[in-house]
Amino acid sequence: MSNIPGNLRYRDSHEWINPTDSPTKVGISDHAQHELTDVVFVDLPKVGARVSAGDQVCVIESVKAASDIYAPVSGEITAVNDALTNDPSLINTDPYFAGWIYEIKPTNPADFDALMTPEAYTAHIG
Amino acid sequence: MRAVSDPENLQRSPLHAVHLELGARMVPFAGWEMPVQYKGIVDEHKAVRERVGLFDISHMGQFLVSGHGAEAFLNRALTNNVAKLAPGEGQYTIMLNAGGGVIDDLIAYRTSEREFFLVVNASMIREDWDHLQKLLTDDDDVQMADASALTGGLALQGPLSRAVFKDVFSEGGAVFPERNTIQVAGTSEGILWLCGTGYTGEEGFELFMPASCAEEWFRKIADAVKAHGGMVCGLGARDTLRLEMGYPLNGNDLSPQRSPLQAGLAFFVDLDKGDFIGRDALVKQKADGLPDKLTAFRMTAAAPPPRPHYAVFYQGAQVAEIASGTMSPSLGQGIGMAYLPLEASKPGIQIEIEIRGKHFPAETCKKPFYRTTNA
Repeated sequence: MSNIPGNLRYRDSHEWINPTDSPTKVGISDHAQHELTDVVFVDLPKVGARVSAGDQVCVIESVKAASDIYAPVSGEITAVNDALTNDPSLINTDPYFAGWIYEIKPTNPADFDALMTPEAYTAHIG
Repeated sequence: MRAVSDPENLQRSPLHAVHLELGARMVPFAGWEMPVQYKGIVDEHKAVRERVGLFDISHMGQFLVSGHGAEAFLNRALTNNVAKLAPGEGQYTIMLNAGGGVIDDLIAYRTSEREFFLVVNASMIREDWDHLQKLLTDDDDVQMADASALTGGLALQGPLSRAVFKDVFSEGGAVFPERNTIQVAGTSEGILWLCGTGYTGEEGFELFMPASCAEEWFRKIADAVKAHGGMVCGLGARDTLRLEMGYPLNGNDLSPQRSPLQAGLAFFVDLDKGDFIGRDALVKQKADGLPDKLTAFRMTAAAPPPRPHYAVFYQGAQVAEIASGTMSPSLGQGIGMAYLPLEASKPGIQIEIEIRGKHFPAETCKKPFYRTTNA
């Protein structure tokens, strides 16, 4: 049902990241956008911020609730998706491409080993 | 991604299985497990504003109050004047404690000379009932019955409500209920109450029926709604729709600590009808002046949605918490209401809302936030 691209890695809190790029984009999964529904505001992180894997880096708001977004890996935030300021619903309509949230330059490649494969994430959201 | 909390202790609508079949997301609300949305709050909200939407409101409570003394009793218990109602008419009214604070807001319909039908909030059924029972004396000649557990309820709202009504009720003798009217029909399934009321600002009606036939009515009306391009809607859209109209929600915007005068509901308080519970406190408050007033505001720059309990600042100091707040799907802008000091309660006052440690500009404004074609 839910779209889970095979080339990405996933955090249990539903962020995706591409392990082969650097810097690499981060967003939330199709499953997560479906659960959130109706994203109406994205509080983007600051470019240049250094974050550790598991840090809360920004907030996505739907009509009903605010949800924290975490860093899947440690690194420096190198860009944010400004298009979300005018059209936060891109996260709903295109979570893996136009709806990316921020770009990070990973500093610890081993962080990726702690993330879920598409198979493990599929089982996780069951 | 929140889990449904403690689902075992929640009551269920007679339409529970239908909601699951339709893929609804169920959440706890006022002690009930109810659908917050089916397809999405924004789409459902827009369906009601532009076409038509159907809501399950089976969680709401219904009391029957009858007898020679029913009119006098309700006039003692409620703020509005039921003596002004002819049979077939209803009014918005408020139940107060002795201190003039709000216990509940409700609709009182006069179904015949000596019979009244009250529709109360789901979370307050027990408390309202106990409060009324305590006020009742043997001399009152009043009988009360609580039909809440036996009764299902549906709300049809939106500019295409009349067209849906025509499809559904074409064979019966019912006519579209005008605003604040009620029709009672005895059928082979039991009693139907057809009320010209709603909580969205749009034209529409609320239909209460025996729980045993709620599903049949829901499916019949939902089919007609679909045929007219409308949607089945959850309580999430019901909340954004009511807030765009500036309608209060008990528990958020109304409380036992604040009077209906502070809530801006003086229109529904008849201080001249004779004594009623809470009247003395209201008269005194009116003479002393109100400490604060439920005031509408809108965000004036890009900002996260304002939500209940966020701090409100005026002239550099925190003066209130948000009572109700959301991102308005019709306006694409954050809107809310808060009890602000009197000097900040008129429209056009600059305030700030604190969201995650940052201050965002907002401005007080008039209600409603959104004008419907039904205004």
